[in-house]
Amino acid sequence: MEMRAMYAQCLGELMEKDERLVLLDADLSKACGTFPLRKRFPNRIFDCGVAEQNMISIAAGLNSYGFLPWAESFAPFATRRVCDQIAISVCYAKRNVKIVGTDPGIAAELNGGTHMSLEDMGVVRSLPHLVVFEPTDTVQLQAAMPVLHAYEGPVYMRMNRKEFPTVFPAGYAFDLFRADTLREGTNVTIFAIGLMVSEALQAAEVLAAEGISCQVVNPHTIKPIDKETVLAAAHKTGLVVTAENHNVIGGLHSAVLEALSHDPVPVWAVGAEDRFGEVGKLPYLKEALGLNGAHIAATVRTALQNK
Amino acid sequence: MEKNLKEICKDLRCDVLMSIGHLGVGHIGGCLSVVELLAVLYFEAMNIDPRDPKKEGRDRFICSKGHAGPAVYAALANRGYFDRAELLTLNQGGTHLPSHCDMLLTTGIDMTTGSLGQGFSCAVGAALGAKLKGDGATVYTLIGDGESQEGQVWEAAMFASAKGLDNLIAFTDYNKLQIGGTVAEINDIAPLAEKWAAFGWHVIEVEDGNDVDQVSAAVAHAKLGLGSGKPTMVILNTVKGCGVDWIVALGAGNHNANITEAQAQEAIRRIREEA
Repeated sequence: MEMRAMYAQCLGELMEKDERLVLLDADLSKACGTFPLRKRFPNRIFDCGVAEQNMISIAAGLNSYGFLPWAESFAPFATRRVCDQIAISVCYAKRNVKIVGTDPGIAAELNGGTHMSLEDMGVVRSLPHLVVFEPTDTVQLQAAMPVLHAYEGPVYMRMNRKEFPTVFPAGYAFDLFRADTLREGTNVTIFAIGLMVSEALQAAEVLAAEGISCQVVNPHTIKPIDKETVLAAAHKTGLVVTAENHNVIGGLHSAVLEALSHDPVPVWAVGAEDRFGEVGKLPYLKEALGLNGAHIAATVRTALQNK
Repeated sequence: MEKNLKEICKDLRCDVLMSIGHLGVGHIGGCLSVVELLAVLYFEAMNIDPRDPKKEGRDRFICSKGHAGPAVYAALANRGYFDRAELLTLNQGGTHLPSHCDMLLTTGIDMTTGSLGQGFSCAVGAALGAKLKGDGATVYTLIGDGESQEGQVWEAAMFASAKGLDNLIAFTDYNKLQIGGTVAEINDIAPLAEKWAAFGWHVIEVEDGNDVDQVSAAVAHAKLGLGSGKPTMVILNTVKGCGVDWIVALGAGNHNANITEAQAQEAIRRIREEA
């Protein structure tokens, strides 16, 4: 199942239950998967047209009127394009607005470098009050949606649109502020988010055959990051690799370094090396930007050699 | 109402001078230019209750030109939302009255504004919310003429008319000045009435936006557009710094100007002496 289909299904269920939920988009509801909801909720879904800044501030205005808006677009247009609107209309004014940016990073594929937001988390992570979350698969997304809606504050969710490997078991218990440990290990801890989680698990399998034991943890909420789990997992192995579909500046790698700043262990990064994206399909882009299990495994080996 | 609107304008103008003069610096020009509008809205036009600031179905005023906060605070205090003495805390550390409007700090403020253009979109969102709720509220909002250079204003203008938000009455404080000079020389917004009309709004032009009778008549006129299927823009031709000659004479320099307590007291004395 595609992530956007699950997202739309969950939104529909939440809209049935809560009349305060209104949905805003900026001419991308077809891409985000929510277009079919318009027929079910014709008076509660508003296409703002290609005007994202207006959309975010309208969402804040609707919330000031007691509504609980969700606003969606592609990740770059839901963050860097509207950074000041998120900062002032939403975060500074403490508005309960959920912002969804789809196809972050290389998931943008054929839309290419202009749409390939490898900086969205870095752009919004320093805004006070904002929670930043990236679901891994449809199971985690389904579990998260009601929790996000019930959370009384602004959230940015960066979410892949298409079908990605399922990692979490059905019925998995989700806690927005608690990282999930997917695999226990002793030699190295891999913190992975988004599409890099399944890549990290693949790397762990490969490395296990070489006698390297990997702990794999998914800190799905990058802000506020679950410091307790991050510190415990990092100190358990004494060596960390972060893996994210994002610039190594400003996202997960930075968040983990910040969490470990008073009690550091070596932290190696797998992510975009301060570069923009480019056009291509996912297998090419994973290879071109080093966002795959092979690169995670290689980084783990190098990290162990340098320990 | 015991006082007439002209007397209320004097009170508000004096309180703006008092609060900014006490501090020594502030956005005096763009506060003085909107006094007449605030007097009409808070003392005549809006369905509000200072004893119940969060009353369901109340009309809203969102001051998108958030730097006019001190003028809004003067209106709120004189309307009874809080004690006038609090006006002297303007911009002091820990105050409830920051330079730009903040819904989390000030009783009676319905939206946080200050980053230009955003409050206007928020007002459009509130008007949409009022429509969805069907509570009959009118949303009033004020933008600056310099602020009208923000692209977001026109995004919101387009949306408001496209969605038929006829419960929205907006005002432009068309004082023709911005920080760096005249609006005309920096990035002209003229012809303004034609622009708003082209965006699908009713447009009402007020020749003298500092004549409270003209403003009152314009707001009454604007209310006739409620339910018409279109939002309304009232363009107020105003004078930045209106009411204090030497502040007006500063021109663009009065956007954020120094004013001593003695200067403020002298200006207040002159305003009180006027017939």
